[in-house]
Amino acid sequence: MNLFRTLGYSGTLGLSLVLFWLFIALFGPALAPHPVGEIVAWDVFEPIGGANLLGTDYLGRDVLSRILHGTRFTVVLAAAAAMLAGFMGVSLGILAAVSPRWVDESMSRFMDALISIPGKIFALVMIAAFGSSLLLLIVIVGVAYTPGCYRIARSLAVNLNQMDFVQVARARGEGRIYLAWAEILPNMIHPMMTDVGLRFVWAVLLLSSLSFLGLGVQPPDADLGSLVRENMGGLAEGAPAVLMPAVAIALVTIGVNLVIDSLRGNVSNTAGSV
Amino acid sequence: MTNHIVVSNLNVTAPTGDGDELTIVDDVSFSVGAGEVLALIGESGSGKTTIALTLMGYARGSCRISGGSVRLGELDVLKLGQAGLRDLRGRRVSYVAQSAAAAFNPSRTIMNQVTEAALIHKMATRADAEKRAVELFRDLSLPNPETIGNRYPHQVSGGQLQRLMAAMALITDPELVIFDEPTTALDVTTQIDVLQAFKRVIKERDITAIYVSHDLAVVAQMADRILVLNHGKVIEFGETEQILQRPADSYTQSLVGAVSRKQRQTPLQHDSELPLLEIRGLVAGYGRLDKQGMPDSPILQDISLTIPRGSTLGIIGESGSGKSTLARVVAGLMPVAKGEVLLDGEPLPTTLASRSKEQFRRIQIVFQNADTALNPTHKVSQVLGRPLTFYHGLSDDACRRRIVQILDLVKLPAEMAGRRCGELSGGQKQRINLARALAADPELILCDEVTSALDTVVGSAILDLLAELRQELGVSYMFISHDISTVRSLCDDILVLYEGRAVETGSCSTLETPPFHPYTDMLISSVPELEQGWLERSRHKVSPQLTTPAGMGSPLCPFLNRCPERIAGVCDSLPPPRGSLKNGSEILCHHSK
Repeated sequence: MNLFRTLGYSGTLGLSLVLFWLFIALFGPALAPHPVGEIVAWDVFEPIGGANLLGTDYLGRDVLSRILHGTRFTVVLAAAAAMLAGFMGVSLGILAAVSPRWVDESMSRFMDALISIPGKIFALVMIAAFGSSLLLLIVIVGVAYTPGCYRIARSLAVNLNQMDFVQVARARGEGRIYLAWAEILPNMIHPMMTDVGLRFVWAVLLLSSLSFLGLGVQPPDADLGSLVRENMGGLAEGAPAVLMPAVAIALVTIGVNLVIDSLRGNVSNTAGSV
Repeated sequence: MTNHIVVSNLNVTAPTGDGDELTIVDDVSFSVGAGEVLALIGESGSGKTTIALTLMGYARGSCRISGGSVRLGELDVLKLGQAGLRDLRGRRVSYVAQSAAAAFNPSRTIMNQVTEAALIHKMATRADAEKRAVELFRDLSLPNPETIGNRYPHQVSGGQLQRLMAAMALITDPELVIFDEPTTALDVTTQIDVLQAFKRVIKERDITAIYVSHDLAVVAQMADRILVLNHGKVIEFGETEQILQRPADSYTQSLVGAVSRKQRQTPLQHDSELPLLEIRGLVAGYGRLDKQGMPDSPILQDISLTIPRGSTLGIIGESGSGKSTLARVVAGLMPVAKGEVLLDGEPLPTTLASRSKEQFRRIQIVFQNADTALNPTHKVSQVLGRPLTFYHGLSDDACRRRIVQILDLVKLPAEMAGRRCGELSGGQKQRINLARALAADPELILCDEVTSALDTVVGSAILDLLAELRQELGVSYMFISHDISTVRSLCDDILVLYEGRAVETGSCSTLETPPFHPYTDMLISSVPELEQGWLERSRHKVSPQLTTPAGMGSPLCPFLNRCPERIAGVCDSLPPPRGSLKNGSEILCHHSK
């Protein structure tokens, strides 16, 4: 199967962007010309193309190096949080579908309660209570996105649970675990992957906004969101120090979005042909 | 007679996904004279609907009309631009789709939708169009022609909706009407009403029509000439009488042959041992149980039946009669509210959780639609291997050998084991579906409409297979179907369900000759026969329906409101007794004496 044809133009563009950012996340710090905290110039908010490729930030640090170091936080934190949300959402969703009614009801109402708390407020309260750490950020963002994932996983699983092949397995005398694992799960992997990808994008944005509020990754380290925030002062001059991290956030999210969209098209194609 | 529609060398192609194109209609030519009805007949995938749609200059999805011409009078349809096509469609050529329920907009009144085409083409004022619509309603023998237009689509029955859709197509007096399988989704007893209405309208208004169908017997009633299609090619084109009586091509012969009856019963040794399955006074349904143990909405009421070892019981009834529910109850997927289900004389636990693995193994269920009954992500070897390891604990090696044997049993090659279920054809899927049940070594197989979704020829092969397996393995079947001819060809005993009640039970031979229960009679007389003029001769009459039908759960006869032989003062006041007819069958009717 030709990967290019299955993804299409936009999908291929998205995939190259994603691969590019993964590469930066893995090797960025090694490629960076300067250490993360080093002050390299006396002048702040230098423009593009001087001694430092993307100029300098509000303390005179190299913006390129700051981005190369920061990408890792944004990508890894968001990916971990999205996968956590996907894992919890899918397992609880399938559990709800194959369980007796009262388990389903109580779990769904609990998720409704969680979903009614706005994600950002939830994150703010948790960070205020426990202080900011990388692990806590992953857990908070993961938990914040679990109800959404659960909703989708549950509705997929409930529909699949009514399918004839699941009824046949049930009439064969199979247990709940087998039904969930062998009959239902393989049929929801594709749509759930799409969903997790979408949540990755949201997680990037949520983490960036937390960092923008100063509650995310703490200095001297900085993810892309904190880079935007700390260089806010340069906004009036149109300094690259504030623009470049914002562009980086945009490119990460657009890349993942494009891949997801092309995946979704393929999923609906295969679903139609089955 | 002048040829009104001339189709010559028509080609339609569809992209295959890897850049190539697949020809789905291959060099098809035919003509239809004015006032003539031409039938396009063929199995699914033969291109019949695709051809019918090209007459409106339309190709579905990514298909492309790649050659040939379609002439309607002087007009070359395929050369028309968007504006020309807009002018053509709905005005000069109109279309009646298979599922009227899906073709009507549920949120607008029927009149609004029926008159739409006339108004869009500015052919009449609203008042004129509505007057014409009422005339059409009357011609199509719809009840309350003056007021039915004010209703919404969900307020009329499926058969009425199909006739309303024909009215929608005829409102502009089109030169050509395309009927695309208009009765396929209907029950036989409804189908005959619709066919009679269509036939009368076509005759009275001298309509030129293309009638698309897979059912030769239906086509025999409607068409003047028949075009037989297979894989997008014309197989045979001739007068209806010639195609039916003297089919020239071997494919047409097999089509005609598949319709004609074939007895598949095998002589049965009725020994005195216990029946394999016995059901006594079964009640099942949805909702809470009341004090007497009756559910809120009962689906099955007071069902009793027995299936002797090695025999086949046919369950027959129209959609909504509770046939599938009965299979689900026996399989344990639905709880029993009242009554007993005995397997080999021992009561079967009514919930899944309390059944033993052995009880599960002995009863297997095969669903109608093999597309949804097989997990599309599983391989054939997984599908067949699971019951082998689950029930019999076979090792990998033994499992593989047994899978080959089972595939051989359902006449599929051993290489099939490595394929994914999504890649198989409809007939192959149904065989795998059956093979999965066989892998358990069951004693009773519940077959829920196993041939309904298949083409006649493929379905007939599955029936042959079922009969063979019964002889070889001695399994028993509960064979559920809405099609009385398949039931008659395979089953030893028959149970006729109507609104969840067994209105007639008897051996298959009692269904050959009257007397019957009035409903059975209606069912049998509604099945079209493969001869011209049957529709006009048929004994079927639309009986005036009572305005107060006996509801579900009422003790009165469930068939009361449709029964042509009801006895005033008796049937509408007393519950029907269970009595026997002189041919031995047992019926639920006041006519049993």
